[in-house]
Order: sequence, then C-alpha cells, then structure tokens
Amino acid sequence: MELPVQTFRVTRADLVRYAGASGDFNPIHWSERFATKVGLPGVIAHGMYTMALVGRAVTAWAGSADAVVDFSVRFSRPVPVPDDDEGTELEVRGVAKGETEAGLMQIDITATCRGEKVLSQARALVRRPA
Amino acid sequence: MPLDPSFAGRSYPPTASYQVGREKIREFATAIGAADELHHDPEAARAAGYPDVVAPPTFAVVITMAANRQIVEDPDLGVDYSRVVHGDQRFAYTRPIVAGDELVSTNTIEEIRSRGGHDFLTMRTDVASAAGEPVVTAWSKIVVRGEG
Repeated sequence: MELPVQTFRVTRADLVRYAGASGDFNPIHWSERFATKVGLPGVIAHGMYTMALVGRAVTAWAGSADAVVDFSVRFSRPVPVPDDDEGTELEVRGVAKGETEAGLMQIDITATCRGEKVLSQARALVRRPA
Repeated sequence: MPLDPSFAGRSYPPTASYQVGREKIREFATAIGAADELHHDPEAARAAGYPDVVAPPTFAVVITMAANRQIVEDPDLGVDYSRVVHGDQRFAYTRPIVAGDELVSTNTIEEIRSRGGHDFLTMRTDVASAAGEPVVTAWSKIVVRGEG
C-alpha cells in the first residue's frame, strides 16, 4: 500500500541547528570552502539529518512518535543544500509491505532530492497502532 | 594504507555512561522539526507509559557517534577521519530512549573490507542501561575514501 508522500524543506539554517543538536560539526555540513576543497559539490546535509527527516515521515505514517522498532538506510547520494532561502527539498515515499512474523509493519522507503534517489535500501519496522 | 582487517571482531571497553537530558531530547526534536508532544511534554509521555519525554528514533546517534570515537580515533587502527563519509546506518530498538536514562555503549568492529581503493568499516554499538538492560543497537558503516 502506497503511503502519503511527505516533503521536507532543508536550508542551511536547518543544518546549523542539526549540527548543534547532534554534536556533528563536520565542516562539510556548513563550510562551502571546506566542502568544495574535499571534492563535494558544496555544503551537503548530514546523512543523519536526512535520516531524521525520514524518521519523521515514518512516525507520521505509523501514527505514533514511539512506533519505530528497526530503521535502516544506505546513503547513496549526497543532498546538496544551496546557500539561499529556499534551500532544497526532500521527498519521502513509503510503501507498507505488510506484517512481519513479530507483528510489525514493514515500510519500504524512497527519498529523493531534485528527482534523484539519495537513500537506498531504506526500511523501517514499526509497531501497529494499539 | 588500507585498514587492517584483523581488527574485525574487536570489542572495546564500555564507555562512561551518557545521561539523557530532557532538554537535549527537546533540542534534538526541535532541530529535526519533530513536534510530537511525546518528545516535548513530560505529562504526555507519562500518559503514554514513559517516565519522561521520549527521544525521536535517530536520537541514538548522538550517543553512538560519540561512542564510536573509540574506534575511529584508535591510533592502532588509523582511520583518516577527514576522508570519511557515512555509508549505512541502522538502529534496532528494544525500547525507545527516554529522558533520565543512563546509557552505556559497547563498541565492536563487525567488519572491515577494502574495495576499489576505499575501506568500509562497520561498527556495532550496543547501548544498554546502567543496569545492563539492552536499549538499542546501532550499526554504522563508514567509508574511508582512498586517495585520488
């Protein structure tokens, strides 16, 4: 079953806030100078910030903030975040694949940015609403 | 220099305990835009059966990433962190993390592989309460990009 598409806007300010909250101060997530020096197209989002937004999508689909039992992703492509007010947009799609033997719902996830997949093998197992 | 594959299977001593603060959970939830009252309101969390506010699913990385420094800063292993990108991440929860938890992490190197000039290092972090009850296990695969 296809779940409702969810979109998340990502700006530089979001990355700065996430850096502070998570303790991940890698300069590729805030310094254009550093990011281009190490061969990136520019400042990119923390992979774990992308995963956190996908986590919001998953908990919204599951219907409760504490439903996630297992959550895994592969970061297949960076998410560049331009230094402007619009930033970029992450689009998250999910397909409910039915129940596991343990009674959990499996959700297969696709996340795209500018039409390109940024995660692969993304999957969550969630508790069903009581 | 490729990473020494004989480090696979190595475990490290448990970390000092990490005290999960209510304001840290709120700060993290705010940073990712997670507005659910379970992350912010202790009364709502108690009504749902938790002792205090509940962390969002990826909050564990705050604890495990700090714990993983035991591995990535191990001079005998010699990871060049300036060449590291995040490959894969997984969390398997026994229960959600809640404010007030005192959590101890135990790191294990699960796998080291080299392919195409890059090294792939899979770290497993078992996070448990001070009493030793399992809370969450995290797997982080990092890629140490080869030179050139």
